[in-house]
Amino acid sequence: MNLSKILKNAFLVVIFGLIVTACATKKSVKTTTESSTTSTTKAVETQKADPIEKLDALMQGDVYIGSDTVGELASGVPDRVFFATNETILTTASRETLRKQAAWLRQNPDVTVVVEGHADERGTREYNLALGERRANAAKDYLMTYGVSSDRIKVLSYGKERPVDSGSNPLSWSKNRRSVTVKAN
Amino acid sequence: MKKKLFFIFIIYAILKPSISFSLVEIDITRGNLDPMPISVAPFFSDKITDDKIKNNLNIENLGLEISKIIENNLEKTGLFDAIEKEAFLQKPDIAHLKPRFEDWALIKSQVLITGKVTSKIINNRDYINIEFKLWDVLGAKMVDGFSLTTIPRSWRRVGHKISDKVYERLTGESGYFDTRIIYVAEEGPKTQRVKKLALMDQDGFNTKYITLGSELVLTPRFNPANDKEITYMSYFRNMPRVYIVNLQTGEQKVVGDFRGMTFAPRFSPDGKKLIMSLAKDGNSEIWVRNLETNIQEKLTDHPSIDTSPSYSPDGKYITFNSDRSGYQQIYVMRSDGSNVKRISFGKGIYGTPVWSPRGDLIAFTKLHKKKFFIGVMRTDGSGERLLTENFYQEAPSWSPNGRIIIFYRETKTDDKGKGFSAKLWSIDLTGYNERLVKTETDASDPSWSSLLGN
Repeated sequence: MNLSKILKNAFLVVIFGLIVTACATKKSVKTTTESSTTSTTKAVETQKADPIEKLDALMQGDVYIGSDTVGELASGVPDRVFFATNETILTTASRETLRKQAAWLRQNPDVTVVVEGHADERGTREYNLALGERRANAAKDYLMTYGVSSDRIKVLSYGKERPVDSGSNPLSWSKNRRSVTVKAN
Repeated sequence: MKKKLFFIFIIYAILKPSISFSLVEIDITRGNLDPMPISVAPFFSDKITDDKIKNNLNIENLGLEISKIIENNLEKTGLFDAIEKEAFLQKPDIAHLKPRFEDWALIKSQVLITGKVTSKIINNRDYINIEFKLWDVLGAKMVDGFSLTTIPRSWRRVGHKISDKVYERLTGESGYFDTRIIYVAEEGPKTQRVKKLALMDQDGFNTKYITLGSELVLTPRFNPANDKEITYMSYFRNMPRVYIVNLQTGEQKVVGDFRGMTFAPRFSPDGKKLIMSLAKDGNSEIWVRNLETNIQEKLTDHPSIDTSPSYSPDGKYITFNSDRSGYQQIYVMRSDGSNVKRISFGKGIYGTPVWSPRGDLIAFTKLHKKKFFIGVMRTDGSGERLLTENFYQEAPSWSPNGRIIIFYRETKTDDKGKGFSAKLWSIDLTGYNERLVKTETDASDPSWSSLLGN
């Protein structure tokens, strides 16, 4: 049963991988065009465009890629991954983080975790509870494909109830769209 | 957990059930820009009553307080304009016997309300008797009234019952003043909000906290068939689950035995069933649980998010939101889960559909161009009308007569993430008369009770 589940998840991940690569290629093209436009405007507007440049360094598309708020599950193992608006797809960076988490969990077989799923404040409360649950499960499924058994991973959705950043702007929201892996024992 | 919330003992005695009432009438189906002038005389009482009430309730002038409740209720509808009491020419006790209509017409009052408070002892216990009369000033006659007896503690409810009677008489619609609102009281910084269940009278008085704030609580909703019962979601022991609470006994029980998070609960109109969402393995579906037989059944079957279900008042249909089309949209299905149809097709995303108690409309939250709207549409999705627009607002709940929608609104924080607040607001179905609903703390997730039973 466990094996079949792993196989099933492996299959899912292959599909996921395909989708993500497809998206990633599309997005990288888009970001280059975007950043080149912003750099031209910056040249014209001189110093005023500084915050935009900062935003570019912290978000890719609208996924947070900075390190503010990121804690550690263990030394060198980031505790969280971030999502695009209304999305539950894991980015390349997210998958890398989750592989690190899985490797550490395999080395520490007694540890159990709770994967907390979160959403930003720009959606209705109940929908966000469901979305948080979906995000946490996306992370959980990925951990499972890398050999962490499901009985070691609990999932808990907080919807939009526990933001880490209280701002009302795209950058704050990007930090709040996350799943966080927390040690449970 | 909580003691008895209230007890009311009422003896109704309709004074004069009058027949026709044609002169004074209000059409509330349009935004009323011309409120009807009304006089509410302070209810009068004798010295013995005053002393008794001072002793019992520590209130100096109960009759005046009751008249203020009525004034406040009626003015907040936007349909009435209460005339200042200083302008009154006739004394309240004499007016209650027989008003000098010319005096009331002179100060431009179209309607006059008078009343009397008398203390009573029944079986060695203190009671108060309150009598009220509604007068048509232009028609020079009494058009309605009643007298009721209650324990002193329930005096505010009497003010609400009188308000309901006046509203019904003058608008032809059923009232909504003798009702309560259950909501989530919020305190603390945005990143560490403490949330408690709170219950208050519709006008913001008699607030009681039902939970202590030790766990996260969300989305309380009244049982429309029993105003002593609510359902809500709690993170008790980090297990997010749907509960039912008896407000009288404080007894609380988890609903069903689900592996996974249950949320978004609502009672059926007859109170015998509960619909909710179950999130499991990354998918949310809508379930129904029969509270009498304890049989539970899955109603939707789709890999998308299906949540925020709400019954039609006849119990035959359920509206909910789903992102099966790619984004959140509103759907209607039969209450057995068959015949699912999408009804929202406007621009933007749609959520939190709530069926009007009249059955003809569905209230919703809409996100379009980075703004949140509260709106209504017919149950087939036609006739969409947006009532209010803001940075963030959601969770509409209908007044029991289907004329008013209460919801919550959150503010945008500044650059430093400061300035967050959450408040309850109400708006008429007409789109007019938007009002802040006063609460002791910040507040969200309001749910309006049915008219209270005795």
